[in-house]
Amino acid sequence: MSNRKNVPTDDLDISLYHEVAASHPELTDLSQLSPEDQKVLLMSGIDPSGKERSGSFFQKDHSVIHCQTDFEGAEIISASKAREKYAWLKDYWGKAVPVDKDYYTRRAEEHQEHGYFIRSLPGAEVHYPLQACLYLSEDKLAQDVHNIVIAEEGSSLNIITGCATAPSVRSGLHVGVSEFYVKKGATLSFTMIHNWAEEMAVRPRSAVIVEEGGTYISNYICLVPARDLQMYPTTILRGKGAVATINTVLLATPGSLMDVGSRVILQAEECKAEIISRAVSTGGKIIARGDLVGEKPGIKAHLECKGLLLSDQGVIHSIPELQGRAANLDMSHEAAIGKIAQEEIEYLMSRGLSEHEATSLIVKGFLSLDIIGLPDDLKKELNRMIDETDTNAM
Amino acid sequence: MRSIILEIKDLHAWVGDKEILKGVNLQIKRGEVHAIFGPNGSGKTTLLNVLMGFSGYKVKGEILFRGQNITDMSVDERSNLGIGMSFQRPPAIKGVKLRSLIETSARGKEELIEEYAAKLHLADFLDRDVNVGFSGGEIKRAELLQLILQEPELVFLDEPESGVDLENIALIGEYTNILIGRHQEPDETKTMKELYRQRRKSGLIITHTGHILNYLDVDIGHVLMEGVFACQANPGEMLHTITECGFEECFRCFRKETENVK
Repeated sequence: MSNRKNVPTDDLDISLYHEVAASHPELTDLSQLSPEDQKVLLMSGIDPSGKERSGSFFQKDHSVIHCQTDFEGAEIISASKAREKYAWLKDYWGKAVPVDKDYYTRRAEEHQEHGYFIRSLPGAEVHYPLQACLYLSEDKLAQDVHNIVIAEEGSSLNIITGCATAPSVRSGLHVGVSEFYVKKGATLSFTMIHNWAEEMAVRPRSAVIVEEGGTYISNYICLVPARDLQMYPTTILRGKGAVATINTVLLATPGSLMDVGSRVILQAEECKAEIISRAVSTGGKIIARGDLVGEKPGIKAHLECKGLLLSDQGVIHSIPELQGRAANLDMSHEAAIGKIAQEEIEYLMSRGLSEHEATSLIVKGFLSLDIIGLPDDLKKELNRMIDETDTNAM
Repeated sequence: MRSIILEIKDLHAWVGDKEILKGVNLQIKRGEVHAIFGPNGSGKTTLLNVLMGFSGYKVKGEILFRGQNITDMSVDERSNLGIGMSFQRPPAIKGVKLRSLIETSARGKEELIEEYAAKLHLADFLDRDVNVGFSGGEIKRAELLQLILQEPELVFLDEPESGVDLENIALIGEYTNILIGRHQEPDETKTMKELYRQRRKSGLIITHTGHILNYLDVDIGHVLMEGVFACQANPGEMLHTITECGFEECFRCFRKETENVK
């Protein structure tokens, strides 16, 4: 008998993926990984040397093979381990993303193979980012993780996560439930880089709760598109004066579908939110959603969604939404889809750049958001990643 | 005899069905700088755009650079042969830093970028997006910075002084001279005449106000009227006439000569 609850509502064929993975031995150091794997990590924002990082977490398939914290005020461990270690974690587990939200949240709860737990202690200033990598090395494997991030009161925390596949992998399923708690006066800057194989199906399910005076900055970058990516994280600004900035940078090549949105619910006075997305399609389909919900007077929210469509085969579908539910609030959005102006290309060509060089420089410029509040070295790293993006398809 | 660097033969250009250039002929010799005057809409910018190879025009006629026919070449091919252009209103390009544009266009001269940026008071602009929020004068100085490092042999300047305030115009003049290789210090081993003979760079300047001529020696002036060169003369005299009598005088003369031909 078929159980309707156990079938995804989208048309993903789950039977393509197997659930059991070989286990992998632990590593004392990420530099013990093969050069090929290390290269993938670098392109996913993860530095195998661990230099200028406060700690590292590395999960290969279903095994956590490396985990190390180098800063006293922070902790990075397997979420399963954290659940055993901290009884109080039950107050967080499933509280931001309900377990029965959809098929994927249910399967993550049922299967859950680790995921990371990252926490900054009250008042801690975690200068160097903590890095976490979820890696798939087996073809057609399903990986279900549950991540929890807690920035305790008054702390400031930087995280870089890279989700990637080994060069030999073509297909797989990645399901990730992520719950973020930004406590009173804390700042969390979370940068997530996806670097998937072309046949991957990816289903993150994330939610963020920000308390009074807290700041959440999210940067999501996906320049190596998967076949099927669908996510719509929700950020709830629960306390007075909470702030959220959500930046998204997407590049879709032919054959890929990216349905990516960001929702911010502003539940308290003086909350501020900004959603900015940049989408480039060289032939793939991008659905760029954005939803701002203002529930209290005095909130301020803006949504900006810009798309660059470089091929007749591509589609960019921009869906910005605003919901105001109180008097005296200030909400706005702007959405635009365009092509590269011929005038800009020829201007650069008059300086000796070929048409391809000119196009690539303009597209990279379009993708390089000036992200405020990001450490300089991370900014440089993001720009390097955009610089190294394969623009041959353009 | 100096060789001919640019030769234009019976050049016509259309935008849609509208003929803008109606048979332009011109020769520029190596080391010469020419100026083009003309009322608005006479086809000055179109001429430079067509010489540089920009799209949007149907073109007939021949453009020869150092004797080579470049009429069908792409913009970057012309640029790489040694032709450069300063735009009157260049586009603003978001996200592209002035520094990365120059690093790409003037490869191998990275160490000179800071030096010339400082000289042109643009040190703070290298890490800004190209032309985004630049004032008129900043745009023109940024154009000069890019071109000086690009070192073209033949340079087209489209109204290099437009939008530039009086304080900056001397600076624009000085660096335009450097760009076209006319900034010469006296040299004990050579006479000035010999130095002038060594000039190898050439220029074609569009000027509406003529202010730039106070800072730059131009060899030959042309008036462009209704898509053809109506007159070639000493640029100083030409500017004097235009300043005193306006382009009305040029029209009067142009019509008379056209009638005489008939």
